[in-house]
Amino acid sequence: MEGLLYSGSHEWVKTEGDMATIGISDFAQKSMGSIVYADMPDVDDEVTKDEEFGALESVKAASDLYSPVSGTVMEKNDALDDEPGLLNQDPYANWIIRVKMSDPSETGSLMDAAAYAEYLEKQA
Amino acid sequence: MENLKKTCLYDRHVAAGALMNPFGGFMMPIQYSDIVSEHVAVRESCGMFDVSHMGEILVTGPDAGAFVNSIFTNDVSKLVPGHIQYGMMLYPEGGVVDDLLVYMMPKPDTWLLVVNAANIAKDFGWICQAAGAWNVKISDESDNFGQIALQGPDAGKTVSDVLGLDLSDLVFYTFRMVEWKGTEVLASRSGYTGEDGFEFYASPEVTVKIWDAFMEAGVTPCGLGCRDTLRFEAGLPLYGHELGQDISPLEAGLGMFVKLDKQDFIGKAATVALKEAGLKRKLVGIELADKAIPRSGYPVEADGRQVGEVTTGYHSISTGRNVCLAFVETPCSVPGTEVGIRIRKKVFPGTVCRKCFHDKKYKK
Repeated sequence: MEGLLYSGSHEWVKTEGDMATIGISDFAQKSMGSIVYADMPDVDDEVTKDEEFGALESVKAASDLYSPVSGTVMEKNDALDDEPGLLNQDPYANWIIRVKMSDPSETGSLMDAAAYAEYLEKQA
Repeated sequence: MENLKKTCLYDRHVAAGALMNPFGGFMMPIQYSDIVSEHVAVRESCGMFDVSHMGEILVTGPDAGAFVNSIFTNDVSKLVPGHIQYGMMLYPEGGVVDDLLVYMMPKPDTWLLVVNAANIAKDFGWICQAAGAWNVKISDESDNFGQIALQGPDAGKTVSDVLGLDLSDLVFYTFRMVEWKGTEVLASRSGYTGEDGFEFYASPEVTVKIWDAFMEAGVTPCGLGCRDTLRFEAGLPLYGHELGQDISPLEAGLGMFVKLDKQDFIGKAATVALKEAGLKRKLVGIELADKAIPRSGYPVEADGRQVGEVTTGYHSISTGRNVCLAFVETPCSVPGTEVGIRIRKKVFPGTVCRKCFHDKKYKK
């Protein structure tokens, strides 16, 4: 998806100033299958780049979520509490958390849409 | 990379686009479409599984019956030809070598042992070693058998419609040899899903023909993913999770398959001693109040300390409950006991409950 940045662990980030909206890629939701539970951090929790901040549960297994940036959780997507399957329906419209970044320069190490597409091809 | 085996149906799975993963030393289909719809097909109509990875060990000879009884926890002296028993082989210390089905074949002095794929080599070695002075012949026939499980409430009608076989007289845990398209097939009313159903054992070539016949008739092909969610809901154990070398069948709640009043068998003395000393832990069900899902290996806690460990857990497809099987210290095993399960960073409250989450619907 154009305009988004991606991590190697298949999270996407959309930045506006020092705010980062974080979700999972279409590739990630497809590989997990039906998502039945989203374990999200609470508002005001600190997240650290490349460290686990929550998990998504499919029927089969739990998949950890890794934060693509560091900062403070300002918002979590409460709609996912009742309907985690929204992440399967549209993983880009349905974000997971919004983070106030402590170091916006960290996004420099993330991939743009073209680089991520290439990354996926190499993995296949 | 370990050397993975393929079942006789491997090409069918790949052609159908199934997601393939290693299991028990074989490359097996995990799902064809998705676990939920395959699970629901088995509960509500019927579905079929390639279970050709299971091992078949044949024990024959004048001492065969007595020998099998000496390595098996259930009592095969009570069997008649055409009947099946479930039970375990134990180590002398009382842990489980494997859980298995024993078929008393119509041919005299002939017993078929059906074992877990991952344990075939270990079991075969164990049985050969135990045979010692017994007058028996033991052969690993696993490569000569394919196996298909047809499971679900419509299984009987499907067998009759598609294979033209009337197996309505078979009750659960019985079998007979049937002729299908000129070849012999072992048709068994059994399964690992908690539903009515059949398991067909045949040569690899015939197994493929049976699979194709069911596929053409529109039977839902199912992968091992939903085999696990189905057996879990019915409270059926899986070796490596609820059973293992360090687990007594008594702890796993399988005492009804361990006949301590029969002749001696390997592991009997240790099991009797454990029973007399009292069990330190028991397998229970735990239901979580929250939406989090307990998974294998997660700690169970009470009063701020660990009292057990989850063996299998799911968001149960048929009940919608978030439940697990877990070993817990005996004082915590009473239904209604409040415990916690540590899932990642948090402890979620749960309640000990029955370990069967979906009532079995076998044909008695």
